[in-house]
Amino acid sequence: MKCSEFLHELTNYLDGVMDDRTKAELEDHLSWCHNCFVVCDTTKKTIEIYRDSQLYELPDDLRGRLRSAIVAKCQAKKKAGPEQV
Amino acid sequence: MNAIQQKVDEPVSDELALVQSAKAGDVSAFEELVKRYDRNVFRIAQHITQNREDAEDVVQDAFLKAYSNLAQFQGQSKFYTWLVRIAVNEALMKLRRRRPERMVSLDEDVKTEDDSLPREVADWSPNPEQQYTQAELRDILTKTIQGLPATFRTVFVLRDVEGLSTEETAEALELSVPAVKSRLLRARLQLRERLNRYFQRHESGDGNQ
Repeated sequence: MKCSEFLHELTNYLDGVMDDRTKAELEDHLSWCHNCFVVCDTTKKTIEIYRDSQLYELPDDLRGRLRSAIVAKCQAKKKAGPEQV
Repeated sequence: MNAIQQKVDEPVSDELALVQSAKAGDVSAFEELVKRYDRNVFRIAQHITQNREDAEDVVQDAFLKAYSNLAQFQGQSKFYTWLVRIAVNEALMKLRRRRPERMVSLDEDVKTEDDSLPREVADWSPNPEQQYTQAELRDILTKTIQGLPATFRTVFVLRDVEGLSTEETAEALELSVPAVKSRLLRARLQLRERLNRYFQRHESGDGNQ
């Protein structure tokens, strides 16, 4: 397996969606190709860091304001009737 | 190396009942759905628009549009996937309005050849994120993802931050599964490469560059 082929399968590998044979081939490649091992490992880390980052959490006060506004608008829409969409 | 685990739980089974009640005019049932997903919609909107005010507007507009069009929701997909589709469209519209000079489309032609081969392969320090304070890390991650094209950012946030499946992401973005996969690969590799400068291991051991 070439590095380009490994890379092509990287997303499937990280997501755990592949047959056992392809997985074994990829892991064989990883066992001797340091560059692909690093790319695979740091890409996985990239995903985990973003997933755990809590970037753009909705603050409670803003959340309350937005929800009140949404509910008020929905109620107005309901009063206006379904045709007024 | 283990596969990455999904973050989002399956929606609870009362969801369809809430949707039915909301369809019948029960605003408090709809409010329950808002409570369930407002944080997700806000995160997605802010990732796409990169603007706080726009993200606030998107949250309001997306839920209002969902409420107004509940009759169109047939229940073939999850309510959340349907809502995300609305929110992504609203967010992209905001982005187009703000940056009219740049066409923003999820259908942008994306090359899938070996142009995504990493140019720089550098190993990272163990737990690289711990070299920075929370605020510094947030700044690094924000700046880094801002540099990605909107199409990659959108796929990455739905798939990897919000934990939608590849099929759900494809449905929400009206893209094919192979198109989602190729954008996701490019997004992941580009982010990884951009993070190298912050996270790479320093052999000399004398701190950050």
